[in-house]
Amino acid sequence: MDAIKTEGLTKYYGSSDRLTRGIEQLSLSVEQGEFFGFIGPNGAGKSTTIRTLLGLISPSSGEAQVLGMDIRTEKEKILARTGYLPSEAVFYPGMRVRDILKLSADLRKKDCRNDAAALCERLQLDVSRKVDELSFGNRKKVAIVCALQHEPELLVLDEPTGGLDPLMQREFFEILRERNGEGTTVFLSSHILSEVQRNCTRAAIIREGRIIACDSVEALSRSNAKRVSIHGRMDLASLGRVKDLRETQEGCSFLYSGEIKVLLAALADGEIRDLSISEPDLEEVFLHYYS
Amino acid sequence: MTLTKHELRQGRISFAVWTGAISVLLVICLLVFPEMKGQMESISRLFAAMGSFAAAFGMDRLNFGTLTGFYAIECVNVLGLGGAFFASLIGISALEKEERDGTAEFLLTHPVSRTRVVTEKLMAILLQIAAMNLIVLLVSLFSICAIKEAIPWREILLMHFACFLLQIELAAICFGISAFLRRGGFGIGLGIATALYFLNLIANMSGKVKFLKYITPFGYCEGVDVVTDGRLDVRLVMIGMLFAVFGVAAAYRNYCRKDIH
Repeated sequence: MDAIKTEGLTKYYGSSDRLTRGIEQLSLSVEQGEFFGFIGPNGAGKSTTIRTLLGLISPSSGEAQVLGMDIRTEKEKILARTGYLPSEAVFYPGMRVRDILKLSADLRKKDCRNDAAALCERLQLDVSRKVDELSFGNRKKVAIVCALQHEPELLVLDEPTGGLDPLMQREFFEILRERNGEGTTVFLSSHILSEVQRNCTRAAIIREGRIIACDSVEALSRSNAKRVSIHGRMDLASLGRVKDLRETQEGCSFLYSGEIKVLLAALADGEIRDLSISEPDLEEVFLHYYS
Repeated sequence: MTLTKHELRQGRISFAVWTGAISVLLVICLLVFPEMKGQMESISRLFAAMGSFAAAFGMDRLNFGTLTGFYAIECVNVLGLGGAFFASLIGISALEKEERDGTAEFLLTHPVSRTRVVTEKLMAILLQIAAMNLIVLLVSLFSICAIKEAIPWREILLMHFACFLLQIELAAICFGISAFLRRGGFGIGLGIATALYFLNLIANMSGKVKFLKYITPFGYCEGVDVVTDGRLDVRLVMIGMLFAVFGVAAAYRNYCRKDIH
């Protein structure tokens, strides 16, 4: 069974005479137990997708199931088995961390004290402090504990590492890997590509509300685009499909996604002193899809 | 009940401030009554010279020198207006504050249905209004005993009950509006309470606009009418409660369908 499955999911905002695109014909499937990356820049539709899946906004059309349940009719059941970490954690003013964690557990009708204590210890979170006094990073830690303390089957993380220092980021991903190892599906929405490349098995790239690529991280990194770096000169105009061109005094570097024969011919005609052709990293793949 | 308890905790300071302020004002009013009672003749002359202004507050129809008359004019005004502000504010902010403060995302990504959110928040509002009215009533009764006056039980209870109904109606209307708002509720809440209060004053001043009494809940909360009739105007109360039902129905209908940004 898929942990997340959408078919033609579409969300438009605004009135009928002035519609703004949120997501359009979005079809996606995330298998149970996957560590799935969801990549796209701001405004691409990542948060709209997540908000639709969690029932905060209603889809304009299309279908979606989370953990096999319909997002329109079984919202509460979905949320009972899901943990959500928002990009910006906001809590009720005047409350202490322990009160927020208890409120979250009570709303789930669960006793999560043991898990909460263990998570707070690992994340070095002081539960006696008031949430109003916490830094952005510490508020994020509270949100992490709220998302994880009830041991959800699905974790939906929206830009999860913002505000966390590198050591905490490491600890956080360690926790996520452990949970994933125990069977939890992780849906990680991020624009930090290294984060997705290091942790996810599969990823989808969203652009202007549509999925433009979805594959294993390995396969996405192995897309037909190559990073070509040369010392010397060559005629780039004859290549055609060149992206992310970076020129230096010595030569240049670019992403090439055309025919290899054409590339080799252009290289042979040029004055090349040194050459390297490598697989692009995920960041370069992202540029390949976006530039 | 988790959410109701949470709402009561969140609103405890506002509740204490409003209940305290209304109680203190009522105590002050009642403590000055014995002194005013001694100056009844000059006060009556003063009111007679005030014309329609006195009529606006019903001061032309009741004897200000009796505790019942004084209570109906002074104390019911304090409780009516103060209670109306409190009820409007808790009603208008109940649903709107979650989006204004950004906590709606936290709340609604827990397994609680929107219907449950609306129901539990409504319960919190009703409990706060009931508790406030009970405390204020007890404070009033103790104050009347303290100034060694006999308690006019029927009139006092009727006037307090009318104020309670007024607050329920205003809170319910504002609660309904709250479901449509994302921010800016406070101004709307205070504006509604103030406008309805003045509509009643206008209705009292001129017979041509008496129909305004059907719109404003202050119409059935008029202490002077309650005391002179010895009962509440059931027709006005029924219309008011109908408005309240519309408010609550609007809250359920809109909040359950609303997109949370």
